[in-house]
Amino acid sequence: MTSEALLQVTGLGKRFGGFVALESVELAVHEGERVGLIGPNGSGKSTLVNCMCGTLRNEMGSVRFAGHALDGLSAHERTRLGLARSFQLPRPFNTLSLAENLRVPLLYAVNARHGETLGTRALEQRCADLLQTVGLADKARQLPRDLTQIEMRKLELARAMAAAPRLLIADEAMAGLSHGEVDDILSLLIRLNEQGVTVILIEHIMRAVMHFSQRLVVLVAGRKIADGTPADVVRDPDVVRAYLGE
Amino acid sequence: MSGAKFVLALLIASAAVFGVAWWIGNAYVFFAGYVVLQYIALATAWNILGGYTGYVNFGTAAFFALGAYTTVVLHKLTSLPLPVMMPIGGIVAGIVGLGTGYLTLRLRGAFFSIATLALAVVAQTLITNWDFVGGSRGAYIVRPATAPLLGIDYVQYLFLVMQGLVVIVLATARAIERSRLGYGFATIRDDEVAAEASGVPTLRLKLLATTLSGAFMGMAGAPLPYYVTYLDPTSSFSLAYAVNGVAMPLVGGTSSWLGPVIGAVLLGTLQQVATVTISSALNLLIVGLMLVGFVIVAPNGILGLLRFRGGRVRT
Repeated sequence: MTSEALLQVTGLGKRFGGFVALESVELAVHEGERVGLIGPNGSGKSTLVNCMCGTLRNEMGSVRFAGHALDGLSAHERTRLGLARSFQLPRPFNTLSLAENLRVPLLYAVNARHGETLGTRALEQRCADLLQTVGLADKARQLPRDLTQIEMRKLELARAMAAAPRLLIADEAMAGLSHGEVDDILSLLIRLNEQGVTVILIEHIMRAVMHFSQRLVVLVAGRKIADGTPADVVRDPDVVRAYLGE
Repeated sequence: MSGAKFVLALLIASAAVFGVAWWIGNAYVFFAGYVVLQYIALATAWNILGGYTGYVNFGTAAFFALGAYTTVVLHKLTSLPLPVMMPIGGIVAGIVGLGTGYLTLRLRGAFFSIATLALAVVAQTLITNWDFVGGSRGAYIVRPATAPLLGIDYVQYLFLVMQGLVVIVLATARAIERSRLGYGFATIRDDEVAAEASGVPTLRLKLLATTLSGAFMGMAGAPLPYYVTYLDPTSSFSLAYAVNGVAMPLVGGTSSWLGPVIGAVLLGTLQQVATVTISSALNLLIVGLMLVGFVIVAPNGILGLLRFRGGRVRT
């Protein structure tokens, strides 16, 4: 590797009391990549995302993003640098309408960066476009409590996209979605990637992960056990053992 | 309605209220009206933290009394006019708000509320043991019979000053609601983790809310010594301020600047009427019963009821 990776995770470790959730995890993601992150339930995928995004503090190791050391930066500062994530369980702002939900990252992440300030009209247009993209345009004025679980996942993804990130981490954005809806979200993420956004996809739906990922990373019990092309990784004996047993 | 037009409307409404009170020609109207105005300011100040960001403050009395005692100190040391003393009381209470926020905002929910209640106890203990401001004996303030410059009765002057504060506090609250800050506060109320992930600097905004809320409470308390002419720790740190500060926004509705106004006018007037017609001891009972009733029947306050019936109310 000659150029510096967009995201560089080095020796990352996280414990909850005596439980080791992550142990010296190494991960490098380059600009423009589509990376799939898989692993059985409880393997530490979401904890890794939380440590990268500043929601949790890691005790060991470091995270570098776009040339910045992220250690000690709070979550909102990381979002402003261009590292956005969606949550596994949707966490919408319940008292704000859908359009207003998307307005928040536009106001606080996009407008906080240098060189770009969206006016009122541009803000509204951007919110409308994003809702259109995820197919929620007709519900712009409704509150999140009127949405189905699936629509909430779309809102969650749209809100992460609204922050105009360089790296988007989609944490199980497709759980519970139908075949066709999974394809919709996948093509959405691939389109986003083609526009230059690096994407890390955490997913259990193997069909989606295999289709999406250029590279696949496998976490098991807090350790990275595989990292390579999807075809190689799914044949890896360690990965097979972790998923199917001996 | 733009901000300037809103302020103009508030000024016209204030002038009309003053005019009506003047026309009635009973000194007691100004005396009782002052208390209602004071509660509008207090309830709106509470709502900036409690309603917009969702952090329930039980220490209203502490900030309020700090403003009042700042006036006592200034009265003894200087001869500043009241409209200058009020911002100073606001600054003192605002700094205490900032400090409290810094120490307690890592606490969520009930724990934050308990910490603010403790603040009130600590502040009261300090004031009670500070001899310069009268300690537990209290402080007497001799107020002039008429107001400076205007030449009107001093209670009418206090009424006018409090009207001015109400205009400032309401204009600020409404401006917050419609700004980027308003969205930021709302996300803190809804989900702080998601707010951070969306780029909202939650700690900074929470500190801003505690400071602003505390400062306005202090400003609302600053004229109190001139109003009561005798200030003692027990009455200035009264539980009534904390209870009313919470109850008025909740009864009116916390989602908009209008809610605390409705709650304060309703509960404040009711208490004033009850004081002269039934018994002054019944005040808090009325507030308590209304609060319980509203929590059961209309958890989003009167504004919530209006929205439920007639769609969204644009304020």
